Amino acid sequence: MQTSNVASRTPAGREINPVVVAYTAISSVVLVLLMLFGLALRLAQAEWLSLSPDLFYEVMTAHGAGMVGTAGLAGAGVMWHFLSRYVRLSQGIFITNLVLFLTGVVMILAAVFLGGFGGGWTFLYPLPATSGGVWDPQAAALYLGGLLVVGVGFLLFYLDAGRAIIAEYGGLGAALGWPVLLGTPAARLPEPTVVASTMVTLVNTLGLVSGAAVLAASLINLAAPNVAVNPLLAKNMIYFFGHVFINATIYMTVIAVYEILPHYAGREWRTSNPFLWGWTTSTVMVLIAYPHHLLMDFVMPEWALIVGQIASYAAGLPVLVVTAYGALALVYSSGIRWDAASSLLFLSMFGWAAGILPAIVDATIMVNLVMHNTMWVPGHFHFYLLLGMVAMIFGFMYYLGRERGAAEGALDRLAVWVFGLSGLGFALVFLYSGKQGVPRRWAVHLPQWLAYDRLASLLALAVTAAVLMFAVRFLVRVPRLIAMR
Amino acid sequence: MLQNTVWWISLILITLTAAVFAWVAVGAGQTADAEAVQRRAYRLRTGWFWLLIAVVVIATATTLTALPYPDRVSQPASRVLVRATGAQWAWTIEGPDIVVGKPIEFQVTSTDVNHGFGLYNSDLEMVAQTQAMPGYINRLRYTFTTPGTYHILCLEYCGLAHHEMTGDLVVKAN
Repeated sequence: MQTSNVASRTPAGREINPVVVAYTAISSVVLVLLMLFGLALRLAQAEWLSLSPDLFYEVMTAHGAGMVGTAGLAGAGVMWHFLSRYVRLSQGIFITNLVLFLTGVVMILAAVFLGGFGGGWTFLYPLPATSGGVWDPQAAALYLGGLLVVGVGFLLFYLDAGRAIIAEYGGLGAALGWPVLLGTPAARLPEPTVVASTMVTLVNTLGLVSGAAVLAASLINLAAPNVAVNPLLAKNMIYFFGHVFINATIYMTVIAVYEILPHYAGREWRTSNPFLWGWTTSTVMVLIAYPHHLLMDFVMPEWALIVGQIASYAAGLPVLVVTAYGALALVYSSGIRWDAASSLLFLSMFGWAAGILPAIVDATIMVNLVMHNTMWVPGHFHFYLLLGMVAMIFGFMYYLGRERGAAEGALDRLAVWVFGLSGLGFALVFLYSGKQGVPRRWAVHLPQWLAYDRLASLLALAVTAAVLMFAVRFLVRVPRLIAMR
Repeated sequence: MLQNTVWWISLILITLTAAVFAWVAVGAGQTADAEAVQRRAYRLRTGWFWLLIAVVVIATATTLTALPYPDRVSQPASRVLVRATGAQWAWTIEGPDIVVGKPIEFQVTSTDVNHGFGLYNSDLEMVAQTQAMPGYINRLRYTFTTPGTYHILCLEYCGLAHHEMTGDLVVKAN
């Protein structure tokens, strides 16, 4: 078996691109802000904070759209930081993406908080144009336009990544290691970062094109209401885009685990045939699993829904067999040095592996019949996004600081523990509420659900405090990160 | 209730995952030869992979036998048709009386945006659902076994009064 490792290729103390620092710093600030939005939603449901329904749904829209976009931004920062060690990426495109992102964010925030748009981040057609008199078509257009601008930035980012990977490795298939899997003599073994980046480039390009197409169609419908869109087609395109994009954020940020954890463990994370098979499987499964969002649309072709269930099961295998298992084997009896970075990255492997379990369960059609669009759904995605992806992001940030000799104290260790334990509790309360049938996205809850909301609010407060600590810690280190270029 | 089974299965799996991670984390301070650990891990991984494949195959084969889609839920031609129409922000239910033991086909649609037709029993436990979409009719087949007042809760976000889009459904004893 051919192997390659990243540990020997990524010595500590390399240059940190200031644009990566900008991506990371902006992501950390926005993440905290959006977590405060999320906290406000739970407090309102708990009847501890008074939010009118229109404001609740505006905050909900900003929280959802903002978190998806910010996860993408942070993931792109991690991917660029490490991928640029293997291929020649365009800094101009990297900056353009950031500028378009910020432009889109301003448009989205204006649409939501000035225009009153509260159509949810999913903007399910024809809700943007059919608000029941709550918001104007102009506000909806500004929101959809903002998403489109953000999407165009990311599309440019992935096109550039694809170009650079093809230039270096000769093709996307080669960068996924297919020649190695096919036994081609003298085939070049791609590094884990390159494999992950190639997968994300492939799937997210398709996802973003689908998202842009449905956004454009919805914008045309807003301008000319007689030009209708098929709502089922629109729903398929939106969920294809949304599913692929949010999954890709994890597949980008996990690069931090592949690159950083080996340093701490003093071992290599090898590219092996199972690793390559795992990533090729993920590439296919992420693309075809999206119908699990439409299992309750009984008019969908039945075969597509069955494929959605099976692909969702299969999509979990590479995580459980390759990445999470690989992390466990890497750390096992390694004498690893535990600090905030290594702890968060190891925790992220647990968050991802454990969080996909309730996700897979919910992708089972007979289960979905009584769980779809209950709190179970935000329960599972908060599990692997909060304890998985967010843990990876802040693990990466602590690592950047550590590379520049920044010290850590008891407060950092405490924050990691508070984050892990309260994050776990927060996700479990979501899941339990879903089991009890509590619908998601309800501004006002029934009295019998308030106990869950109140417990979740307290846990959300603790998680937010921990993340605030992580973010502040990183932000005070930014001058040092930039100065030591 | 299926939800209880799902909850306990998920909780057990999450706990087992947490236990494995905790065990590795606690023992990570010791050192062992990396090559030896890796060889052992690779051997174990093969078994782990096939175990998961077996679980996936069994779970797929078991669960796909109980699909809720109309062509998979056989009902006699004499079934009762009930039309459920969602519109911002209320449900309109049209049809004859619903009686325990009598097969019902809910024909669910919407006149404006996407809604979710969530059917809950009197204890607010969900028993079934389907989406309500403009231009389409989703057929949800269900036979009630217990009389009482059931509740319809909107399960797809539909705008300002989404949380107020509820309705009642009286199921009579046979």
